[in-house]
Amino acid sequence: MGVKEIFESMEYGPAPESAAEALAWLVDQGDRFGHFINGAFTAPGDGFDSRNPATGEVLATLSQATAADVDVAVAAARAAQPKWERIGGAGRARFLYALARLLQKHARLFAVLETLDNGKPVRESRDIDVPLAQRHFYFHAGMAQLMADQLPDRHAIGVCGQIIPWNFPLLMLAWKIAPALAMGNTVVLKPAEWTSLTALLFADICRQAGLPKGVVNIVTGDGAVGEMIVAHPGIDKIAFTGSTEVGRRIRQATAGTGKALTLELGGKSPYIVFDDADLDSAVEGLVDAIWFNGGQVCCAGSRLLVQEGVADAFIAKLKARMDGLRIGDPLDKCIDVGAVVDPVQRDRITAMVDGCSAGVIHRAAGALPDGGCFYPPTLITGLSQSDPLMQEEIFGPVLVSTTFRTPGEAVQLANNTRYGLAATVWTENVNLALDIAPKLAAGVVWVNATNLFDAAAGFGGVRESGFGREGGWEGLAAYTRPKGKPRPLAPVAAFEGAGEPEDGIDRTPKLYVGGKQARPDGGYSRTIYGKRGQLLGQVPVTNRKDIRNAVEAAQAAAGWGKTTGHLRAQILYYLAENLSARAAEFAARIDAMTGKRGGRDEVAASIDRLFTYAAWADKYDGRVHSVPIRGVAIAMNEPVGVIGAFCADDAPLLGLVSVMAPAIAMGNRAVLVASEPFPLAATDFYQVLDTSDVPGGVVNILTGSHADLAPHLAGHMDVDAVWSFSSSPISAVIEREAAGNLKRTWVNNGQTRDWSAQDWLSAATEVGNIWVPYGE
Amino acid sequence: MQTTALSTQLPLVTEPRNAGLPLDLDWVRGAQANTSAIERRAATLPGRRSVKKDWQAAWLCRAVSCIDLTTLSGDDTEDRVRRLCAKARQPVRADILQALGMEGLSVGAVCVYHDMVAAAVDALKGSGIPVAAVSTGFPAGLSPFHLRVAEIGESVQAGAREIDIVISRRHVLGGDWQALYDEMRDFRAACGDAHVKAILATGELGTLRNVARASLVCMMAGADFIKTSTGKEGVNATLPVSLVMIRAIRDYHARTGFRVGYKPAGGISKAKDALVYLSLIKDELGDRWLRPDLFRFGASSLLGDIERQLEHHLTGRYSAAYRHAAG
Repeated sequence: MGVKEIFESMEYGPAPESAAEALAWLVDQGDRFGHFINGAFTAPGDGFDSRNPATGEVLATLSQATAADVDVAVAAARAAQPKWERIGGAGRARFLYALARLLQKHARLFAVLETLDNGKPVRESRDIDVPLAQRHFYFHAGMAQLMADQLPDRHAIGVCGQIIPWNFPLLMLAWKIAPALAMGNTVVLKPAEWTSLTALLFADICRQAGLPKGVVNIVTGDGAVGEMIVAHPGIDKIAFTGSTEVGRRIRQATAGTGKALTLELGGKSPYIVFDDADLDSAVEGLVDAIWFNGGQVCCAGSRLLVQEGVADAFIAKLKARMDGLRIGDPLDKCIDVGAVVDPVQRDRITAMVDGCSAGVIHRAAGALPDGGCFYPPTLITGLSQSDPLMQEEIFGPVLVSTTFRTPGEAVQLANNTRYGLAATVWTENVNLALDIAPKLAAGVVWVNATNLFDAAAGFGGVRESGFGREGGWEGLAAYTRPKGKPRPLAPVAAFEGAGEPEDGIDRTPKLYVGGKQARPDGGYSRTIYGKRGQLLGQVPVTNRKDIRNAVEAAQAAAGWGKTTGHLRAQILYYLAENLSARAAEFAARIDAMTGKRGGRDEVAASIDRLFTYAAWADKYDGRVHSVPIRGVAIAMNEPVGVIGAFCADDAPLLGLVSVMAPAIAMGNRAVLVASEPFPLAATDFYQVLDTSDVPGGVVNILTGSHADLAPHLAGHMDVDAVWSFSSSPISAVIEREAAGNLKRTWVNNGQTRDWSAQDWLSAATEVGNIWVPYGE
Repeated sequence: MQTTALSTQLPLVTEPRNAGLPLDLDWVRGAQANTSAIERRAATLPGRRSVKKDWQAAWLCRAVSCIDLTTLSGDDTEDRVRRLCAKARQPVRADILQALGMEGLSVGAVCVYHDMVAAAVDALKGSGIPVAAVSTGFPAGLSPFHLRVAEIGESVQAGAREIDIVISRRHVLGGDWQALYDEMRDFRAACGDAHVKAILATGELGTLRNVARASLVCMMAGADFIKTSTGKEGVNATLPVSLVMIRAIRDYHARTGFRVGYKPAGGISKAKDALVYLSLIKDELGDRWLRPDLFRFGASSLLGDIERQLEHHLTGRYSAAYRHAAG
């Protein structure tokens, strides 16, 4: 075609980015890779091919790590860790800065290699992935520098096992490695087997940066290698990004091991368009929401919810925009949608869409390239919540949609999902936007924008999208632990006895559910004896139905989370006041149960704790992150929801109050299982609750065997977090059962330590980031 | 040189002229423009689209065909305008056009003040290149209304086939859409068969939302083209403003079936910028708008940069300004 013909047709034509440099780098490495362990590449072993999904061509041969390889890598990381931590934050900052600089110097090499390996458009790897990866190392160089000053009470966790996905190979590596290294950890990282090449190039620049040996170790291979890392006893923390299904298995596998865990999992993120939105901009936003990286994005805005009045106009605009998308060679600088990462994924997407019998399917008009692994941008309109594709993550360029009538219905539909990673809201009404954003069950909310990321703002989900945050101050919690040594926690046994009651009139403690005293469903009671064998009382034996009732009562009290911190503070002060009025009675009760003389001090400490969290109730402020846009990212400390907790056994009142006060101060509702051997202070306490204006359902108190109740409370799908300070060995069962809905857990693993108020407050909240670009 | 089969001046009769429609205030007031989102789209566009080699040469020739070669200076003289018209006929060195197979390429129009219209019409006789006159008290548009209307008539009579009018910014800033509509209607009527381009002076409208609403009102009142700027405002054509205006054009076409043209003016001086604008038009409005009857660049120095790029395309060596004829 000559210039004159193109002058008439005005077609785009090819605009290829050269792959020569990246291919030359692969040739220089012999097209075969071993692992990067202790600062050097191992000899290539048995392995597998890494292919370019756009062409099917083999790019390199990678090694499948053996158990021995993983052992050596973990040992190298372990050996390197103490020294890496000891060089201090300023010392580590120099290395992180060097890594950031090297990522910049080799920016195009990283971008082209990423596109060859993954199939994403080179525009995305060049303009988004690689710059964000650089930014993550710059940002965390700063965090290392500031650590001693800003986080004086925390230190490194140790050796981190990190498993990352194939959709953002280099960027996810940066999200994992930068904060881990900044805080003084060393890492063993496994890239996804389809996309390991930029991780290996990163290993190369670790050498160029002079990074001490063993600080970063990279092992390649499939899921079996991931399992070895997860199960490895020499690893202190697992960080995983990937599917909810695998995340659940990791939660189960690490249960009770004491390994710290963060999971960044799947999503089905809502994209809400109100009738006053700039519809053209909202359509363009969808291009970045669901066709960015071919929809192979955990936070993809994959579920369109559009207000009825503008739905037809919006869908018409959307279809027209879809038809203009250019699908093709990912190395072409003028295409919008590249290749799907692997034929396995393309077949999966195909099967899901072909299996959809409802709605109307529209596929983008643009031609697909011959050969290679491509799937057309697709829109399915007219679906309902009950259609499987409105619920299941497709992880491809497929958008599903439905309509809504009111803001309230939009929130209801948006939150009608097991996931909770991200959400997008389009409206020109600031009242509506700021009202809706915090109501959405999502770790990240974008207002009039989508897929905005930055190292300064935490990213991560709620519900089955996982837990933990990456980026921002909030992300550092995932790679630090409190200083000070925990102590072993001895089991606290109930006293045996056969004595008679010493009180005059019989008292009947009950369960406290929904603000009312309730008899146990099972109709059984257990007798509590004092140290001398005297009968102190009978407490109900809670069963799973009582747990169900308590959780339902707690869920019904959801309004508590919407109350003001000022109101919650007043109620906590009032609790302290009313407890103080009965201090002598509680002290005597505690002494009678424990057979010690610490009751007075424990009551005083409990009152003090109520004052402390009354104080915090209106002061645990969020942040406004300094993100590089004209706008703000508001990090809000939101309540976790319904927290189930097994209270400490040794301190009958203080154990209960210590859990309850921070939980309800932050707006959570609590289902508290009292000290198993000494439950009567807790059952006395509900009278204090009754007289202190605590709304029914906000605090629920159960009594019974921690071991019996742990699987039921931890397995309840409508509980958002479970904590245990029990002296019974229930940590493992809690973490295992929590995998069901991936609820947050905070368990003691048979140890005890003095937690700071910051620890409690942080456990009682979830950081949600709301991005609000502005400008007129 | 006569124009050849090249579609430089596509006959205007191929599109029905925008007849306008009654002022629809619900539509006008419902128009939204989210500045941050529009700026993001504009900022990423140059990274999303790339045109190389023969395609780039062809696109640059297309840009040339859409240029309103312009001189709007107080020191314009008839000879100066004649020189510009000669450049309009032969915008690119003949040997370059020959090598590209693009003989006969000319610009979209020549744009001058009223007093220069007659000279320009005379200089362009037989070329098929229309003369556009800026009018209605350009650039501020604050002379007496009857004189502004009369100025249009004079320019048409002098042979201008296109009239670039300026709107009263105060009508937009005060939200007086009826006044803007009435003014535009009168200007259109005064143009008769000459095509009217409505200059919004977007740099003085305060918000992108105002740009969107003013665009709609001018189209409802019968504008054949909407144009960003006089070139005299502090801020002239930008990608975000262009995005807002062409989305308004798209909506107007979707509802009425009329295709209204678009002319960004001022500040577009590089060949690369021209390519970005063409890709913006192609992606947002479609190929039909990539023709001089529906798209123009209001530019004076853009052509020089394009000439150098075209020579580079042929020789593989970067060119120098003095190797190309001045306008």
